[in-house]
Amino acid sequence: MSALRERLRISNLPKPARYSLGALGLVFLFLLPNKWFYEYLGIPLGFAYIPLYTTKNDMASVLFICTWIILLSLGLNVVVGYAGLLDLGFFGFFAVGAYVVALLTSPESKLLTEYNWLESPWPWLVAVPIGIALSLLAGVLLGWPTLRLRGDYLAIVTLGFAEMIRIVAKQQDWILNGDRGIPEVGHPPGSVGGEPLFSFDAKPYYWLALCVIILAVFLIRNLVRSRVGRAWVAIREDEDAAELMGVPTFRFKLWAFAIGAAVGGLSGTLWAGQANFVNSTTFSLENSILVLSAVLLGGAGNIAGAILGGFLVIYIPEWLRSVGDVFGLPETVTVGGSTYDISPTSLRFAIFGIVLIVVMIFRPQGLWPNRRRAAEIQHRKKEVAVGE
Amino acid sequence: MSEQPSLDKPSDAPEPTPSAAPAGDRKPLLEVDNVTLRFGGVVALNQVNFTLYEGEILGLIGPNGAGKTTCFNAMTGVYTPTEGAIRFQGGKISGQQRFKITKMGIARTFQNIRLFPEMTALENIQVGADAHHRTSVPGALLRLPRHRREEKDGLKLAHDLLELVGIGGTEHEAARNLPYGSQRRLEIARALATRPKLLCLDEPAAGFNPAEKQDLMQLIKKIRDTGVTVLLIEHDMRLVMGVTDRIVVLEFGRKIAEGSPAEVAADPKVHAAYLGVPADAA
Amino acid sequence: MNIGELLRSFPELTVTGVTQGAIYALVALGYTLVYGVLRLINFAHSEVFMVGTFAALFTWGLFGLDSNTERPSIGVALLAILAAIVVAAVTSAAVALLIEVTAYRPLRHRNAPPLAFLITAIGASFVLMEVAGSLTVRRPFGVPALLPSKPLFDIGGWAVTPTQVTTVVVAIAMLVGLDYFVQKTRAGRGIRAVAQDPNTAALMGVNKSRVIALVFILGGLMAGVAAVFNDIKTGSTKFNVGFLLGLKAFSAAVLGGIGNLRGAALGGLLLGLIENYASALFGSNWRDFVAFVALIALLMFRPTGLLGESLGRARA
Ligand SMILES: Nc1ncnc2c1ncn2[C@@H]1O[C@H](COP(=O)(O)OP(=O)(O)O)[C@@H](O)[C@H]1O
Ligand SMILES: [Mg+2]
Repeated sequence: MSALRERLRISNLPKPARYSLGALGLVFLFLLPNKWFYEYLGIPLGFAYIPLYTTKNDMASVLFICTWIILLSLGLNVVVGYAGLLDLGFFGFFAVGAYVVALLTSPESKLLTEYNWLESPWPWLVAVPIGIALSLLAGVLLGWPTLRLRGDYLAIVTLGFAEMIRIVAKQQDWILNGDRGIPEVGHPPGSVGGEPLFSFDAKPYYWLALCVIILAVFLIRNLVRSRVGRAWVAIREDEDAAELMGVPTFRFKLWAFAIGAAVGGLSGTLWAGQANFVNSTTFSLENSILVLSAVLLGGAGNIAGAILGGFLVIYIPEWLRSVGDVFGLPETVTVGGSTYDISPTSLRFAIFGIVLIVVMIFRPQGLWPNRRRAAEIQHRKKEVAVGE
Repeated sequence: MSEQPSLDKPSDAPEPTPSAAPAGDRKPLLEVDNVTLRFGGVVALNQVNFTLYEGEILGLIGPNGAGKTTCFNAMTGVYTPTEGAIRFQGGKISGQQRFKITKMGIARTFQNIRLFPEMTALENIQVGADAHHRTSVPGALLRLPRHRREEKDGLKLAHDLLELVGIGGTEHEAARNLPYGSQRRLEIARALATRPKLLCLDEPAAGFNPAEKQDLMQLIKKIRDTGVTVLLIEHDMRLVMGVTDRIVVLEFGRKIAEGSPAEVAADPKVHAAYLGVPADAA
Repeated sequence: MNIGELLRSFPELTVTGVTQGAIYALVALGYTLVYGVLRLINFAHSEVFMVGTFAALFTWGLFGLDSNTERPSIGVALLAILAAIVVAAVTSAAVALLIEVTAYRPLRHRNAPPLAFLITAIGASFVLMEVAGSLTVRRPFGVPALLPSKPLFDIGGWAVTPTQVTTVVVAIAMLVGLDYFVQKTRAGRGIRAVAQDPNTAALMGVNKSRVIALVFILGGLMAGVAAVFNDIKTGSTKFNVGFLLGLKAFSAAVLGGIGNLRGAALGGLLLGLIENYASALFGSNWRDFVAFVALIALLMFRPTGLLGESLGRARA
């Protein structure tokens, strides 16, 4: 059985086969949000047809949520998975990215209406790099003083940081406008036949985010396979030994933090465009924990694991709702006069809680761990020999 | 301080050994100048003085708890001396950042092996090789030419060093899975990858059988013959005698003797120190 | 900055700050005990506290008291509080022990990496919070009026209500009791031994599993007591009441030096005071913000907290 699995591993296939498989996968992912395509995805089960798509929520929207969560997991994976730094407030950087875009591109932004810093809203495309840069800056500012501390303290300081961002966002009379928020956030440019390409439909955003993810994976992979990635793993495994072997540990920890923050911010900028409205309620700490769960569930220290984790934590609850739909399961029950919401999406944190415990007990390395040191050593030998 | 020419001539020496030069020409590489190091009440090093010359193999011996490892720690920046100074090639190194000391040319191994357990043997050495690489995040992100060159060089160096220390073929084993002896050798390879001028080995033969110890001593000579100065901590007096040019003896944090192996072996103080404690060469 | 406001209401701010600090301190002890022994941030401790707030509410229900009933006589009120303390403390301790047995112990047996512990902690936290959220339909529950709100005394603006007195007195009693337990009893010595050096402790015959169970129970007891007084103080509870309070209590533990019992008490007290003074200075919106800024600033200058981190003595 395991020998068969070994033979079927994608990385063991010849190169052309791998590339065509990859291309097919990409085509599949780009087609996925189309109703005429995903409608055929399902499991016929005797009396019922269980769809693999989501029926309660627009499939494209769910997929878009998956993509920005995956982007977040990719960023956090650099911090937690590779460098081994426990960041519990990762969503704070997402918030920075989202708010920067909202402030710069919305005509309702207080930068225009009250402070007169801007003459007119900036284009989305200009705001995005600024959002990423400021998230990165936030990462450096937070990391600079705290990365010298022991790991546990970093956890609490980052948790505090996310909470501080939320508190700032909550202030009604402040620039971020509290839960009234900032409406009419700008969209990415581009139009098809006179109609803007990016408006409220999630589909183009999903495509855009998919492209961004591919780019991010490519860049992060470059890093991980360089001295930077080696330094991160060395720091994670034995920080003192790493420093004594000439690794500037602080500098590389700060880099990990900054890169993670930048990717988190990027995710925020994408989300803000689609959401069209940014207010303080999105940035609850639960979301930071959700992303952390995604990384650890998928397999910390592995890019594919982070992607899988990010996908699962969003998609599975949504999909379970569709399954419930098929069997006519109610989403609410009324007992003794109180109505309880029992839809999988609202129960997801409880279910994930259990899943997390079970996975950590029985598979602490995550679902898709970094397995380059496992059985495929033989294979890698060849790759290195050809000068990888 | 006489030379030990008979020990200095390994057959496969690639270049003449600098240590064979007359005493007057020797250039000091590292000076431990009146170093005292206290941990609360414990005086781990007490006004220790000695000098390492380029190209020699210096033995640092003494009973357990004498302060040998502490001396290494002071030299590599883990601890800052309470008093005194350590100079490397004339420049003061106490108080420098640890990774900078490594870059200046001091590398070490650890008494309790501290490899990166989940990384492969090759990757462990590559980390050492990266000490002198200048690529940072932007270069690696975009795979700029310098990055590629450095990666290639590092990989080649790593392969060569694995061969040198005699554990070729273990490239892709996780360090954790290597046999104990190979782990000790891998630590030496990792240290060498930082291209040190001074290599500090903390009981590299601990736990070895006599044959393995002899092998290791040959390796150490080979390393010295490539131009690296070696500072060797070892319990086994006989072993140290056979490989070192000079020996410094510590006891309770003090230097009690210094000289050629023969001189040290004849020193009654050294005998007393070693007879005073149970011989636990293992 | 509103310094006038700070000066004007300084006595009131100090009294409420101390009361708040007492609650933080009790919860912080749970974090510190577990951290001291296991080097683990027991993320689920906030939910141990949350369960306690509902256990107290349930107890008062048995007394026929709810948020709509009249204030009972002092005697009944004190009895109800005492009963709630017992019930909440026992419930919280049971939940804490349950978390240790289901979420942490299996991992210890498998020698899992530290990150795995943290994630099961988060998992346990979510399970408890979400189950509570579902059962309570995510709505807040009012707490019955128990003690008179009229100040016991008022000397030059230093007014103290019966609730505040009870909170602080009970908290001090618990702190002193715990300190005595850890310093003087045999079981307490076991805790300190494991905290200092688990291996040596095991060699000396200390049963590590029992010690670990014990610190979870002790932490749970403290959190349960804190829960009762938090109910009374804030007048309501909700499924997510533990989150922010837990975060603050953990900050308090770090502030004082995590793993250090007296540090947790000191940290709690300080955090309570800082918060209250800050809310006068910058407006109550900024109170939590200032609390975290203070924490980060302190860690910058004293990375091991005010009293240093130790449950027994300094560790290497
Ligand atoms: N970090 C430390 N804290 C306290 N004491 C230490 C520390 N490191 C070493 N020592 C003490 O310094 C003395 C010398 O230790 P060491 O250098 O390890 O001896 P050895 O010669 O066996 O390598 C010992 O008494 C040891 O207990
Ligand atoms: Mg030693």
